[in-house]
Amino acid sequence: MIQFDSKELSSSELEGLNAHFQERIDAEEKIEPKDWMPEKYRKNLIRQISQHAHSEVIGMQPEGNWITRAPTLHRKAVLLAKVQDEAGHGLYLYSSAETMGITREELIESLHDGSAKYAQIFNYPTLSWADMGALGWLVDGAAIVNQVSLQRTSYGPYARSMVRICKEESFHQRQGYHILMTLMEGSAEQKAMAQDAVNRFWWPSLMMFGPHDAASAHSAQSMKWKVKRQTNDELRQKFVDQSVEQAKAIGLTLPDPDLVWNEERGHFDFGEIDWAEFDRVVSGSGHCNRERVAHHRRAHDEGSWVRDAICAYEEKKRSREVA
Amino acid sequence: MTDNVNMKLYEVFLRSRRGLDHKHVGSLHAEDQEQALEYARDVYTRRGEGVSIWVVNSSDICASQESDCESFYDPLDDKPYRHATHYKLPDEVNSM
Ligand SMILES: [Fe+2]
Ligand SMILES: [Fe+2]
Ligand SMILES: [Fe+2]
Repeated sequence: MIQFDSKELSSSELEGLNAHFQERIDAEEKIEPKDWMPEKYRKNLIRQISQHAHSEVIGMQPEGNWITRAPTLHRKAVLLAKVQDEAGHGLYLYSSAETMGITREELIESLHDGSAKYAQIFNYPTLSWADMGALGWLVDGAAIVNQVSLQRTSYGPYARSMVRICKEESFHQRQGYHILMTLMEGSAEQKAMAQDAVNRFWWPSLMMFGPHDAASAHSAQSMKWKVKRQTNDELRQKFVDQSVEQAKAIGLTLPDPDLVWNEERGHFDFGEIDWAEFDRVVSGSGHCNRERVAHHRRAHDEGSWVRDAICAYEEKKRSREVA
Repeated sequence: MTDNVNMKLYEVFLRSRRGLDHKHVGSLHAEDQEQALEYARDVYTRRGEGVSIWVVNSSDICASQESDCESFYDPLDDKPYRHATHYKLPDEVNSM
């Protein structure tokens, strides 16, 4: 196999490779692990895929928080199955990042030292059972909009992991919606609890799509490389449009007085996001930022004896085989 | 006459098009990995069936046994709530 080392290439050779790379992308062909790729493409993808992987894994915490307090055994089993899926999604994504020549240990390390991010939404606390409904409906709903689009991303392993993940996500959104629907059929208190959860999670869900296109640091290059297939604002609009009817169907109100159908655009207009809050949460000052990473670190450290035991067992087996 | 008792068995996987997973297509005997790749090219991709080939030593493949299926998959079978269709939603939002 030929391994390319960019450092040993002349600038005209490099230009040729770059041009060929972009032609391939323009022709809607996928980039596969052994292909030559610009160093910036590789870095950009490792950043995006690992951020996505970390989100799946950190995202288990706000829901894990309610597993022991689910109102019925059935809801408990469902929530457990959902959280289990998210761990699996983390795995699919970490392994597709690893095809770009970075190790799992390095990825985890950058989550722990704060250099890698995860979705800002998971830094909000989950205060009531209804939050499990809002998370499934809105947060998984927003993730699905994003992930459906990423099934067409230019990096093959990432695109394929998105296909696998999307197949499993529909259950997540539906179980969340089902929780809210059931509460909305209940007592006045239960209805209020559902509405309160939606009030708290609606705006943070819109923030999940990231800054406006004009303000997004990585957007233009990512679109050119077809890492992203639709812009933050396009995806956000899609999510708003689909959520309005879903809210209405079970009598929930979305907490935005500016939310109104725009006949001309054929979309709903909606109010401005509080970007100061977004920046605060992304830069580490959300309610739960410290707790989320500290918990991950603790779980990782406390699990080290398992990894050690596996290694010791393997070694013992090997030495027996030799003997 | 020499026979091929010393030749190793390789499993062959083909990616038919960029973006798709490699799929198992068959196996062949070869001396080493490079030779296995060339043989695979000659016998499995004569009509442009693949843009990428993987060869793996058959002995390196660890496989589950179908006869063990029941106990192996048992705990996964009784969880209908893992499927989207388990949740009955109003018609107007059922495409979710
Ligand atoms: Fe997710
Ligand atoms: Fe997920
Ligand atoms: Fe999910």
